[in-house]
Amino acid sequence: MEKFRLQIITPERVFFDQDVEMVEFNTTEGEIGVYARHIPLTVIIKPGILTIRMENNEAKEAALHAGFVEILPDQVTILAEIVEWPEEIDEARAEAALERARARLASHTPETDIARAETALMRAMARITVIK
Amino acid sequence: MASTRDIKKRKASIQSTQQITKAMKLVSTVKLQHARGRAERSRSYFDCMYSTVQSILEKTKGVRHPYLDGNDSPRKAVLAITSNRGLAGGYNSNIVKLITKGELAKEELDIYAIGTKGRDALARVGYQIRKSYPDLGETPSYTEAMVLTELLLESYAAGEVGEIYLAYTAFKNTVTHEARLIRLLPVEPAKEQEKGAVALMNFEPEETEALNLLIPKYLSSLIYGGLLESVASENGARMQAMDSATSNAQDMIQNLELLYNRARQGAITTELTEIIAGAEALN
Repeated sequence: MEKFRLQIITPERVFFDQDVEMVEFNTTEGEIGVYARHIPLTVIIKPGILTIRMENNEAKEAALHAGFVEILPDQVTILAEIVEWPEEIDEARAEAALERARARLASHTPETDIARAETALMRAMARITVIK
Repeated sequence: MASTRDIKKRKASIQSTQQITKAMKLVSTVKLQHARGRAERSRSYFDCMYSTVQSILEKTKGVRHPYLDGNDSPRKAVLAITSNRGLAGGYNSNIVKLITKGELAKEELDIYAIGTKGRDALARVGYQIRKSYPDLGETPSYTEAMVLTELLLESYAAGEVGEIYLAYTAFKNTVTHEARLIRLLPVEPAKEQEKGAVALMNFEPEETEALNLLIPKYLSSLIYGGLLESVASENGARMQAMDSATSNAQDMIQNLELLYNRARQGAITTELTEIIAGAEALN
């Protein structure tokens, strides 16, 4: 299958830089999967799971929380503010965060920042799903 | 002429100062390498961010958006990055000078100070310090830059400030650092250059919405980059300052050495003359 270059850059390091066959992630407009020769497109990321498919059915997963993606026909650049490999995630902390976010959404007091709580919830869910 | 004992004492004191400056130089050299590596690693992120934001600005030309048009507030926020420690040559005073000697009127400014040196110096000449972050200094993290951005954007959205500036020290290489004042908001599109190449890009969500989401990320990356470069510059400046202090101390020690030898020789000559005079008197 035709391959394209995938670069994932965070402010602190180059997270991933390799040729891949397909990449999937969650955006503000919904989940998308990108193959080579996609039309040029810039999308904003929502917390979710990043799946990278390489040759021989090899796949990698990571939790991708914030940033944006620049898609070009032969190259995809993900500028990630926060992205983690499964082994970098602290499961207990993620579970706790999930509980907190759920409780905050459920309590529904006027002071709760719903948007923020939802993002936190999605983030925690992405982390937990990646580990499992 | 000073006595040999006085000279010896002074020499010893300079020597111990020299040891301190030498150690400080070594420490800042190591820190510089570390900070420089971090600044360089963040650069590719920033470059990519910059080109995307420029291409989106190109596409949204003529669109009215608070991040591009500004608001009516006459007040201006300046995020001033300085260090917590001195002995770094002109590092801190250059930032302070940049703000005080610049075109921004003192009365209109709200200072957000990172590092205590700049905060104290600006407060002394009557600037209004809105917030102070003394602990951000040595190893800034991206999360901290994000928090700062959020805070600045909040006061921008509330109309408390109409413009936001960043004062930091750009790290060019080990010996040249330059204090810079850049405007963060409203965003300025780059001067006419490499057009056409960007025209093909599509945005999802559409441009104005994307602008809303991208600009905060862009600002965080600018602030983060500014923090990293400032740390590198600080250590570079300190390394240079301590290097020249060490060599100045070396010069002084050499001078004192000469003085000491002359004084000692003088004392011996006097003694000899006395002995010879005494011996002659016996004959």
